[in-house]
Amino acid sequence: MSDQTHMPAGHDLAPGDEEQHSVGTRILGYVVGLVLALLLTATSFFIAGTDLVWQPSIPVALIVLAIAQMGVHLVFFLHITTGPDNTNNVLALAFGLLVVFLVVGGTVWIMAHLNANMPPMDQIMMRQ
Amino acid sequence: MAMTATAGHAHADPHHIGVVIEHPGPASKRIVTAYGFWIFLLSDIVMFSCFFAAYAVLSGQTADGPKGSEIFEQRNVAIETVCLLLSSFTCGMASIAADVRNRFWFYLGMTVTCVLGLIFLVLEFREFADLVARGYGPSRSAFLTAFFSLVGCHGLHVSAGVLWLLTMMAQVFAKGFRADVLRRMMCFALFWHALDIVWVGVFSVVYLLGSGA
Repeated sequence: MSDQTHMPAGHDLAPGDEEQHSVGTRILGYVVGLVLALLLTATSFFIAGTDLVWQPSIPVALIVLAIAQMGVHLVFFLHITTGPDNTNNVLALAFGLLVVFLVVGGTVWIMAHLNANMPPMDQIMMRQ
Repeated sequence: MAMTATAGHAHADPHHIGVVIEHPGPASKRIVTAYGFWIFLLSDIVMFSCFFAAYAVLSGQTADGPKGSEIFEQRNVAIETVCLLLSSFTCGMASIAADVRNRFWFYLGMTVTCVLGLIFLVLEFREFADLVARGYGPSRSAFLTAFFSLVGCHGLHVSAGVLWLLTMMAQVFAKGFRADVLRRMMCFALFWHALDIVWVGVFSVVYLLGSGA
């Protein structure tokens, strides 16, 4: 067969594929990922409504927890690792993240400055 | 892992930067398909980031309408989140079952994934219908437009995922675990896990940050 399910001696790994493990090891990986993700989710929901911490720190904590949980999903569910057989997948991901940060960061930055430098709307109206 | 003649070099230079390796031929179809789909998923995530950027800019523009903290129900969102998380897990179980060609566990995993996805969709639809019934539809304010387009776009992706899931079950039923069916199954699993990653952003940025502000 020309396309085998798992390459025996390939140099690359398809995104989502793992190195060859037994079924038990693979299930364990998903269980660990699920437990970590549930813990991070529970922490996020708890932090969002609590009075126990300094209030301005809550948005930062939520963003950090979200990024951590995305990392957990990438490693345990999508099996994106730093291994040599995963280089192409990681490079594609890095480029995607670059575009995401340019789009989101750039938009928020520019629009915040536009807002700060514009007079309130009713003043513009009165001048006309 | 590379187990060819270059195995000795692999430790010193794991990414083959300075080593001339013998040509192993084109990558297998499984790798090419999944890599192409991975690129599509990343472009899909870039599209979602545009909706996130729009939401971040417009979240304060409520036009005297409701603020996020007045319309979001944390309990509802928590149930939706748990549903998607568990469905990601059962989808992983189904793809393991497909790899070892175990029909029973494959169908069971896919069925549970489908049910959890449907519960998520029903909850989200009820939330949307409730907001529209109270007069807080997408045309009420710029904030609500951005909210409905971001969350609704994710919901549309989940709906497409459920349809794809049912197609995969039908294909395994009709054609068995053929190599092409297994490749599609791998792409579906990637799609479903990526949707879960987008949802992590949605519940953190829209619902949790929004209800604090």
